[in-house]
Amino acid sequence: MTRFILQRLLLTLPALFGLLVLTFIMLRVLPNDPSAALAGENATPAQIASVRKAYGFDEPLWKQFVIYVEQVGRGDLGNSIISNRPVVSDIAGRLPATIELTFVSLLFAAGVGVPLGTMAAVWYNSVFDHTMRVVTVAGLAIASFWFAIILQMIFSMELDWLPLRGRFPVGLPPPLHITGLYLIDSLLTLRFDLFGQAFSHILMPAFTLSLGGLASIARFTRAGVLETLQKEFVHYAEAAGYTRRRIIWVYVLRNSVVGATTQIGLLFGGLISSAVAVESIFDWPGVGSYAVNAILTSDYKAILAVTLVVGLIYSIVNILVDVMHAWLDPRVAETL
Amino acid sequence: MLILKKFLRDIPAVLGLLIILTVCLIAIFSRLIVADLDTVYDGDLISRLKPPSAEFWFGTDSLGRDVFARLIMGTRGALGVALTVVSLAIAIGVPAGLYAGYTNGWGSEIVMRATDVFLAVPQLILALAIAQLMGRGLESAMTALALTYWPFFCRTVYGEVRRLRGALFIEAQQGLGASTPRILFVHMLPNVASSVIVRATIGMGFTIMTTAVLGFLGIGATPPNPDWGLAIAEGREYLPQSWWVVTFPGLGILITVLGFNLFGDGLRDLLDPRLRRSR
Repeated sequence: MTRFILQRLLLTLPALFGLLVLTFIMLRVLPNDPSAALAGENATPAQIASVRKAYGFDEPLWKQFVIYVEQVGRGDLGNSIISNRPVVSDIAGRLPATIELTFVSLLFAAGVGVPLGTMAAVWYNSVFDHTMRVVTVAGLAIASFWFAIILQMIFSMELDWLPLRGRFPVGLPPPLHITGLYLIDSLLTLRFDLFGQAFSHILMPAFTLSLGGLASIARFTRAGVLETLQKEFVHYAEAAGYTRRRIIWVYVLRNSVVGATTQIGLLFGGLISSAVAVESIFDWPGVGSYAVNAILTSDYKAILAVTLVVGLIYSIVNILVDVMHAWLDPRVAETL
Repeated sequence: MLILKKFLRDIPAVLGLLIILTVCLIAIFSRLIVADLDTVYDGDLISRLKPPSAEFWFGTDSLGRDVFARLIMGTRGALGVALTVVSLAIAIGVPAGLYAGYTNGWGSEIVMRATDVFLAVPQLILALAIAQLMGRGLESAMTALALTYWPFFCRTVYGEVRRLRGALFIEAQQGLGASTPRILFVHMLPNVASSVIVRATIGMGFTIMTTAVLGFLGIGATPPNPDWGLAIAEGREYLPQSWWVVTFPGLGILITVLGFNLFGDGLRDLLDPRLRRSR
């Protein structure tokens, strides 16, 4: 198992190094003057000159790349032209909000998607199954940013049931910082009132984000359960007199979700992408809304840093998913 | 004919095809449906934010432009952009995948490692960065989407070619002395075409969605382009009173993407038995 994890890590390194090369090329090829682009729209010639010197844009290309790799290696991705703070600490400060949001969405997507998919497979070709098929395909076709706005319009503006935006009421001090995740911190400090506040704020953004994942999880679970139901051990269990409920929800499901776990990596990519627009609509103080602000203000350092950090996190998630897959199904580790 | 019969039995897929055909017809004949282009681009400030009525079926937006007319003209843009992006991605990804799958040397390694890099970041994030660095506008958004979408085609084709490489009919061609390009484009390509078509169909829906997100975030289409994503962003300020400005473009995206997804699913069942959705 250790060998598998190490191998998996080694396979990821070239891709991450490639990402460094790609961002390096992007920054030097795409804008007319990379120094001016990095310094920001309102930079003085002196500021542009200092950026040119810091990044070595007047040096030969290979030296520029060495400088760039050194900077990234030190965790120095420059200062944001807006906040004037290092972009790395900006992103680190916003990471917990995004982690909390994506995690709750994923939990909701799996918690609802797996039972729905299983029921669709059990009652295969029934009205329920056909309805589920339409709903899941529609769930993947709905634009999350549009859905977010519609939810806001109905539940905040018209009905006034849920807060319109933000992660926490303005003026209320957030729970004691332990993990940075408000839901967990408020529970750990036994502040159930704060938990309620955090929960009502996360409800709409998390539901919006979970939609696509929910649909794909339901579909994969359905396919997996249908396939497992054909297996001989199911007939054996039936013959042995186990209840149908136990066979399906314990034995069949355990054998069906293994394949579906590999999809979590893909789902996560979709979640991060949707989070960009959804976070900015709900004013969720995460990495996604940071990226949107960076785009609106042409803050190139912040944009490049977000690309690198998201690439790193995405790779880590994919490694974790593979490791989990290998742990659930040891045959996977042997094929690598 | 057997295949057509089988397809017609798949009601959701037929529905998808009907949606696609309708949307295409709307796009082609948009100039006939919308007689007066002024209602799309200029509008009339006196009749701004009017609710749906007999005159303006879907109401008017904040500049008094006809939401229905803009939705119709937006169809043209959405389909055009998606078609361009997917064609460009195919033009890069398919030859790259054919080459990398068939050959063994360092060239093949480089191509596949490059796809790894592109797939190491969610497509939208990378597209955002590229589009932003190229300067805002529809052209850079389209280039960014194509540059980040080709690896998906490359991966698909690569997998298929690797599987086919040892097949007897390919070995026969090699034995007869057929050139590599001939084997790749005359003998391999028809065999990978079905997976490429399935990918492209689903990719059309996917690209319409991503283009809308870029438009919404303000890096795709620029005003007064009747882009669906842009229209939703513009209409947000006038909620909840003027719900129609935001609602209808979103439904446009939903229905169009739904059509491509349903049809793509059906095609996959039909053309690609290995990926068959169990039913």
